[in-house]
Amino acid sequence: MQKSTTADTSPSAPIETVEFASDLGIRLRRSAEYVAVPLFALVTSGALFAVFLALIGKPPADFYSLLWRGGFGTAFSLQNTLQRAAPLILTALAMAIPARIGLIMIGGEGALVLSGFSAAAVALPLIGVAPKFVLLPVMAAAAIVVGALWVGLAGYLRHARGVNETISSLLLTYIAIAIMNFFVEGALRDPGSANKPSTFPIGDANMIGTIPGTDVHWGLAAGIVLCIALHFLMSRTTFGFAARITGGNPRAALAQGLPVGKLIVACSMIAGACAGVAGFFEIAAIHGRANASLAAGYGFTGILVAFLARHNPIAIIPVAIMFGGIAAAGGLIQRRMGLPDASVLVLQGLIFVVLLISETLYGRFAIFSGERSTSRT
Amino acid sequence: MTAAISTYASMPKPAARLATAPSLEAINMTKRFGSFTALDNVTMEVPAGQFHALLGENGAGKSTLVKCIMGFYHADEGDIRLNGREIKVGNPKDARANGIGMVYQHFTLVPSLTAAENLVINRADAPAVINWAAEKRRLEAFLETMPFRVPLDTPVSALAAGEKQKLEILKLLYLDQRFMILDEPTSVLTPGEADEILGLLKQMALKKEITVVIITHKFREVTQFADAVTVLRRGKHVGGGLVSELTTDQMARMMIGDTPIRATAERKAVPHDKPVLDLAGLYAEDQEGLPAIDGLNLTVHGGEIVGIAGVSGNGQSELVEVLSGQRPLQDGQITIHGQQFVPTRDHYDKFKVFGLPEEPLRNATVPRMTVAENMAFRAYDKPPMSVGWWLTPGPMRARARELIKAYRVKTTSPESPIENLSGGNVQRAVLARELSGSVDVLIVANPCFGLDFASVADIRAQIMEQRNRGAAVLLVSEDLDEVLELADRVAVMSEGKINYVSPVSATDRHTIGQYMAGH
Repeated sequence: MQKSTTADTSPSAPIETVEFASDLGIRLRRSAEYVAVPLFALVTSGALFAVFLALIGKPPADFYSLLWRGGFGTAFSLQNTLQRAAPLILTALAMAIPARIGLIMIGGEGALVLSGFSAAAVALPLIGVAPKFVLLPVMAAAAIVVGALWVGLAGYLRHARGVNETISSLLLTYIAIAIMNFFVEGALRDPGSANKPSTFPIGDANMIGTIPGTDVHWGLAAGIVLCIALHFLMSRTTFGFAARITGGNPRAALAQGLPVGKLIVACSMIAGACAGVAGFFEIAAIHGRANASLAAGYGFTGILVAFLARHNPIAIIPVAIMFGGIAAAGGLIQRRMGLPDASVLVLQGLIFVVLLISETLYGRFAIFSGERSTSRT
Repeated sequence: MTAAISTYASMPKPAARLATAPSLEAINMTKRFGSFTALDNVTMEVPAGQFHALLGENGAGKSTLVKCIMGFYHADEGDIRLNGREIKVGNPKDARANGIGMVYQHFTLVPSLTAAENLVINRADAPAVINWAAEKRRLEAFLETMPFRVPLDTPVSALAAGEKQKLEILKLLYLDQRFMILDEPTSVLTPGEADEILGLLKQMALKKEITVVIITHKFREVTQFADAVTVLRRGKHVGGGLVSELTTDQMARMMIGDTPIRATAERKAVPHDKPVLDLAGLYAEDQEGLPAIDGLNLTVHGGEIVGIAGVSGNGQSELVEVLSGQRPLQDGQITIHGQQFVPTRDHYDKFKVFGLPEEPLRNATVPRMTVAENMAFRAYDKPPMSVGWWLTPGPMRARARELIKAYRVKTTSPESPIENLSGGNVQRAVLARELSGSVDVLIVANPCFGLDFASVADIRAQIMEQRNRGAAVLLVSEDLDEVLELADRVAVMSEGKINYVSPVSATDRHTIGQYMAGH
């Protein structure tokens, strides 16, 4: 709404002093909103889950205290939590980076599985031949390249053929798992893995090991470093700026002559590379071999983490740790309360639904905008 | 109180509305959105059979008022009286039941269905199984009673815009909605079609068959057709009365208020003999893959504004999209200064091509990014705003502050999301970004659509200034007055081609109108 409009607004007109509200103040208020709304969603879904527990006759207070003990309360549980958070950070990045350019890419699980398998597969001819410091980089490179190509394919199909990236990335996940199963149960199967078909192990000597003084593997460090690096890429580089224009308004991006297709494929490939790093660490730090355990659902939980973090790479770190804790506490809760293992999945699902509903709350509260709300007719 | 009301009261209800125009009063209407008052104690009285114009700038509260009457909004205060009796309009269904109907700015017909189907499915009591033979007979009988008709068995998509608009009006009459609100009904019509339709409505109103409220900002339509006028400004009733007792000047002053309007920029005599932008044999498709631009040729010289007039939907928006890289070119060549132009970032910079697209919030900005970021779209990847790949936010913000001051963009901060700005200020921010450097080619599309008078004058002056500096300006506008005011030459676009080009001084509204209609 126009207030008092002075008509002479040519650039040559005498310049009046314009007083701006503090930039920092406005940015802080907006950031506060990004914290407050997801926090509200968390508390609400927690309360709803408490009702669910009460309905099935389990005391909610016990559940939440066990959740704390199993996830964060002891040094052991905390390390277990961080161990689980590492792949979640990376798969959440695989969701968050394409989201910044306007894509809902949910193929993190498939990219993780296929790149983990690729890492294990390229290691096979090198085991016992190449030293560890050669083997591990080769495995990592294979995982990153395969992951990048896998999600990059969904991005390419989106740009070149108009295929919906959400559908294609999801379907590519099933293809990825099928490819791994095909080789693991066939040509690359270790005959010694009777009950659980697997590839040959890369060997304990070749495992990547843990961060000194902890039981947590290096994937956590890699995830945190990538979060910080990608945060700067998206917010402080011309690439990130172009990606944000494209994500915010593709029509405006085209009108600015930006290479929208290349940006889409590039962001998809970065996403796939992140999932690839997760796949590499699952092999090199946890399993030592490729088998069905790779498809543990980290890719899917990562979607949830990214949404709760509002696709902000830095916010992904604490959110992933929280979800790592929920997963880590699952076993304890199951044993102590006689609850099925899936009950933590119910909690996760509730969080996701409440979070999506809470999206409508943004911009509704004047305290966060610092401006008079204006409505136009 | 008119005779129609007393007749109404004495007759049984449903039959009473047949062929009688109702009167309607909206009394002391107030509507607030949060702390913003969109409608402030506004009263509009429309006697039965009147052709009433509702005037006001965009954002004056016209839409809010009619949306309250139609039941889309609930007024915080105020009453609506139909034929002198208070009615409650809680939702659009209530409005419909009371015989209040609206023709929207854009068509609400189903394009793939025939006229007959469109009429029948809109009936509230449409049966689950439709006896088409019987319905057709009834429709024919209904059309017999109407002053105009449309082909019943043609799909709506094959009808001309004027026919569609007639069908929209027939729909209201068929549903017995004899209080009609028309929201800028002529924006999609040629001047000839507009006059025909408004003339027909006027005759029906004179016969007290309908009551009409028309939202418009074309004074020509008001003086030619309307009996009375209500003028709103910033949510307030600022005047009105019988059109016969008001001059155009008085009405304009009511709409604008005391805001001083910048005089039209002077058209300087600049040499314009050097062709700059040349469009040769352009072809492009629309969303459905049908030809939208069909062999278009046009040359724009430096120091000249070429205005493209045309009925909306004849390929104008597709042409702008092609020139701004939003739509692929199927065939043909765009050259600037004799060199081939492709809409990429390099070429925009090399040829100094800038654009003011229509609906800037949709086409030229990222609504959620800040004003400063939006203002940096052209320059973020060049020094001083970035060093190599690395952005330097300091210079970006400093530049935004300069532009905000120079172009008087009203914003609380360069860090506010641009979507918080009013339409005029968004357009000004885009203007600041696009026009602050040296411009060789300027592509402008409906630059003043939906803006207030002051912004309109300002933006037109800026466009004229670029022309005076020697830029080649291509102006695409659905507002013929805008084309006639700004352009040196007018080109008429019809069915994807330019079918008429003439210096503005050597043509007139009537000739242009005929070419717009495709003759």
